[in-house]
Amino acid sequence: MKSKPSLPLAYRFAVTSRVLAAVIGGYLMASLASICLALWLPTSRADAVITGMLSSFVFYLLAMLWCFACRTAWRAWLGVMLPSAAFATLAGVGFWMTRT
Amino acid sequence: MKEGFRQAMAWLHTWAGLVFGWLLFAIFLTGTLSYFKDEISHWMQPEVQAHAVDDARSLGVAQNYLQHVAPDAARWIITLPNSRDPGLLVMWQDKLDPGKRGNFNQKTLDPTNAQAVEARDSMGGEFFYRFHFQLQMPHPWGRWLSTFAAMVMFLALITGIITHKKIFKDFFTFRPRKGQRSWLDGHNAVGVLVLPFHLMITYSSLVIFMTMVMPAPILASYGGDARAFFNEVFPASNNAPAQGVPGKLLPLPALYEQARAQWAGGHVGRIAVNNPSDVNASVNMFRAGSDKVVHDFGSVVQFNGTTGELLQVSDEQSLPTLVAGGFFGLHMGHFAGPVLRWLYFICGLAGTAMIGTGLVIWLGKRQLKHAKTAVMPFELRLVEVLNIASMSGLLIAIAAFFWANRLLPVSFAERSGWEVQTFFIAWGLSLLHAVLRRGRQAWVEQLGFAALLFMAVPLLNALTTSQHLGVSLVRGDWAMAGFDLTCLASGAFLAWAAWKMQRRTVPQPKAQRPRPLHLKQEAN
Repeated sequence: MKSKPSLPLAYRFAVTSRVLAAVIGGYLMASLASICLALWLPTSRADAVITGMLSSFVFYLLAMLWCFACRTAWRAWLGVMLPSAAFATLAGVGFWMTRT
Repeated sequence: MKEGFRQAMAWLHTWAGLVFGWLLFAIFLTGTLSYFKDEISHWMQPEVQAHAVDDARSLGVAQNYLQHVAPDAARWIITLPNSRDPGLLVMWQDKLDPGKRGNFNQKTLDPTNAQAVEARDSMGGEFFYRFHFQLQMPHPWGRWLSTFAAMVMFLALITGIITHKKIFKDFFTFRPRKGQRSWLDGHNAVGVLVLPFHLMITYSSLVIFMTMVMPAPILASYGGDARAFFNEVFPASNNAPAQGVPGKLLPLPALYEQARAQWAGGHVGRIAVNNPSDVNASVNMFRAGSDKVVHDFGSVVQFNGTTGELLQVSDEQSLPTLVAGGFFGLHMGHFAGPVLRWLYFICGLAGTAMIGTGLVIWLGKRQLKHAKTAVMPFELRLVEVLNIASMSGLLIAIAAFFWANRLLPVSFAERSGWEVQTFFIAWGLSLLHAVLRRGRQAWVEQLGFAALLFMAVPLLNALTTSQHLGVSLVRGDWAMAGFDLTCLASGAFLAWAAWKMQRRTVPQPKAQRPRPLHLKQEAN
């Protein structure tokens, strides 16, 4: 539990990596998820945006939990970046559809 | 990081809670005080007298005053007095070149004689309110930091629930006088007892700043034109521009009656007049927050200021705006009457206590391991110092803020600024004191000093104003009397806490131990 001075450097890097995955990767995923909701929800534009913003914090929370629950720091990044990529694709399609 | 889901969540709870605990403690305590923002302001500006509320008279007075003082302003904002806040507040924004934002000026008026109240310059309760989300940092960094802290709080709450599996069984367990075990029981009890409040207050604080911290959906959906989104959601921000032709503004009380009729007798809280001297003047009437639980961002009735033509009335709220407005309204608690307001206050204190006990547990657990060795590792000492300064130090700073309000001369230049300075100087000195003194000694001394400062507040008030408890209680000025009595009670509680700390020091011989460390440091 406690980071004693005896803890190996690799462990500290792993923890730092997880923190970055949670804070930055998680924010990216939450943003993309909320964009998807904003573009795809069948309500009015303003309502879809508000729903996207309201639920983004739950996505952020889940990403953060995942980053510390999974077994390795690599999985933390994978678990954040894969959904991010999926949301980005979905958002890209939605964006393209509203443009054309 | 340990294997197992629950262990991992406990680890996350521990470390997220530690790193942000000090900041969250300050945010929660000052935020809790903000529920009595108006009452604190009343105590800090005793010159502002309460009168029977008469909106039509207040509005006429405000319009008259602004017409004389600031006829060419870009905007007037009038906040009507209510039962909690007796001041009639008028603000006006200077007209500048297009694209620039003029300065805001503000005055508190006496609605009975139409004069500006010569109240002492003080931020009052507004200081705690501003501090709890701006953290005295330049815009917008304080808001970002406090919102991020709220996100960490959200994380700490959820991981806490996951960690604490026997949530209801443990709830009925409190083992007093068992040291570390009692602290944990207390942490769990205040955590679980007001859990709905914790979840509501934390999530709603994210909702309040969501357009700032999560702008991605707005930008994606509105093609980068955030303005269009705000105009759609907040109709009041969509105002007609000035035409440059002078016009005469209609009397506001008449428009006020029309607005109330639109809301079936609901109350007007604030009135904004854009370009008051222009033919294209617009008047926005905002509904009082005390009317409904759900805050309605678009609850505005807009008139043309010269013709009186009704320009727009907000529509019914859609479900998402209802949810967002609901969280906003619940967080602010504008709707709460005296009983509910005290409940808010108590829940806020419980949240503060939960954070405080958590910090104490973190240190206590680790100190046990080092109880046998004389030397306390640097990181534990650091946490100890920060615990003391962030908790008892903050209490001293708050009391010092109140003392400065009464002791600084009314004519003092930059007076309200110096009140705030006093707050931070007192906080800084507590940190210094915590560094210099041994742990438990520092706790006892700081809690004792805070107790003294708080308990003496009614006395200080009696000596410096003519509004002491004898007067305020007889007159039924409950805000004034309540402030004095709450300070007295807080002081008594802190004195009890200091006494408990002191008593625990005496029988334990190991409290003597850190001394050799001190000598050793000097020898070095």
